[in-house]
Amino acid sequence: MAQQTPLHASHIAAGARMVDFAGWDMPVNYGSQIEEHHAVRRDAGMFDVSHMLALDLEGADAKAFLRGLLANDVAKLTESGKALYSCMLNEQGGVIDDLIVYFLTDTHYRIVVNAGTAAKDVAWMQQRLAATGTQATLAVRRDLAMIAVQGPNARAKTWTALPGAEAASAGLKVFQAAAFGDIFIARTGYTGEDGFELTLPVDKAVAAWDALVAAGVKPCGLGARDTLRLEAGMALYGNDMDDTVSPLDAGLAWTVDFKDDSRDFVGKATLVTKGAGKQTLGLILEDKGVLRSHQKVITAQGDGETTSGTFSPTLEKSIALARLPLGVTAGDAVEVEIRGKRLKARVVKAPFARNGKALA
Amino acid sequence: MNTPANLRYTASHEWVRVEADGTLTVGVTDHAQEALGDVVFLELPEAGRVVAKEEAIAVIESVKAASDIYAPVAGEILEANQAAVDAPESVNADAYAAWLFKIKPANAADVDGLLDAAGYEAAIG
Repeated sequence: MAQQTPLHASHIAAGARMVDFAGWDMPVNYGSQIEEHHAVRRDAGMFDVSHMLALDLEGADAKAFLRGLLANDVAKLTESGKALYSCMLNEQGGVIDDLIVYFLTDTHYRIVVNAGTAAKDVAWMQQRLAATGTQATLAVRRDLAMIAVQGPNARAKTWTALPGAEAASAGLKVFQAAAFGDIFIARTGYTGEDGFELTLPVDKAVAAWDALVAAGVKPCGLGARDTLRLEAGMALYGNDMDDTVSPLDAGLAWTVDFKDDSRDFVGKATLVTKGAGKQTLGLILEDKGVLRSHQKVITAQGDGETTSGTFSPTLEKSIALARLPLGVTAGDAVEVEIRGKRLKARVVKAPFARNGKALA
Repeated sequence: MNTPANLRYTASHEWVRVEADGTLTVGVTDHAQEALGDVVFLELPEAGRVVAKEEAIAVIESVKAASDIYAPVAGEILEANQAAVDAPESVNADAYAAWLFKIKPANAADVDGLLDAAGYEAAIG
């Protein structure tokens, strides 16, 4: 039986269409996915992301451990609450998971990982902790729920819903978090809009969700979450990269930090030796149709493949992320094979849309 | 669920209206549009195409996924609904008004093999 988040009953009561996602029974939409998408681009929407897993790493060696575990460098985090997006690689340079790590103190980091990879991630981290003799412990926080409130009005509506939260979070910069009582408020998200991700005790989740609904925040399902993140050019683990794909090929080179020569991290040697073999760029379909993952892309430099594709409600065109041969550049005309037909597409730099506006 | 009693159905979620002249008007059911979510693209068969029963002859794409639409009977395509192609969301607004294509059955008796409303509701449980 699929796992349920603490907000499961709220989704059912709101008439959500539920689907299995990584072993969790989750809302895919509450009616119209496109309306939910627009609510986030234009006003405020929220997602139950309690299926994702929060981990707390605490101990004297926590920082040194993470500097060796992650491809991005947590040494950049010096202000309490600052967050960093990073890939966690295997020795072959493939992506075990992508995650967000929050710096709380030099001996305490909060890490949020994907639902589908959570068990694998924890096993890998525990193995690394033991293998490196690290003085730190990893706590699995299934006692916490997570709600992502996103959109141009998301912060203001969160402050209406949670009296007192404004004073604690108004000064947060993008990718920074602060504690508000037992609610952890982070100015992060996966939509390309401003907003918060709230991490809170499971027994407070329903009251917070209901207060947010009352403040005018629209419940949104995983369907809209996917079209929003794809418009924002954000990678989805399992689609755009996995254990066999290098972050350098997946458009995530910006998250790999080679600056400190003295820092080694898992996968570094392979990345340095192999370099980038491919690149990830955006596509906009110029013919009619809808791009999906795993469609063949024909370019002057050879064939590539879409890794995520959808209809973009903001652009009202179909868009995709695609793994393409090196040498293809933004502006190139390419073809995508859909059901045996070759359709015209244009290569663009992602993101396609952010902060309410079409960019591509 | 909306399953009009005056229509016939397939287990693959097409509805079929038998017209006075024996031709068939075909669309996708309300149940299907709800399961698909927001429809954003339709690819419909050309008039004159001769099709086999249960042949995949059209494609409906929602934001979520692409699905095939099948010929309910063998026959010849008479017309595709260009208005639905131009406004795919009309399928969500009213699945029974947004017909997709008209087909002339090769054998009029083939219609008897289609489900009635009760049979379709039972099929989708």
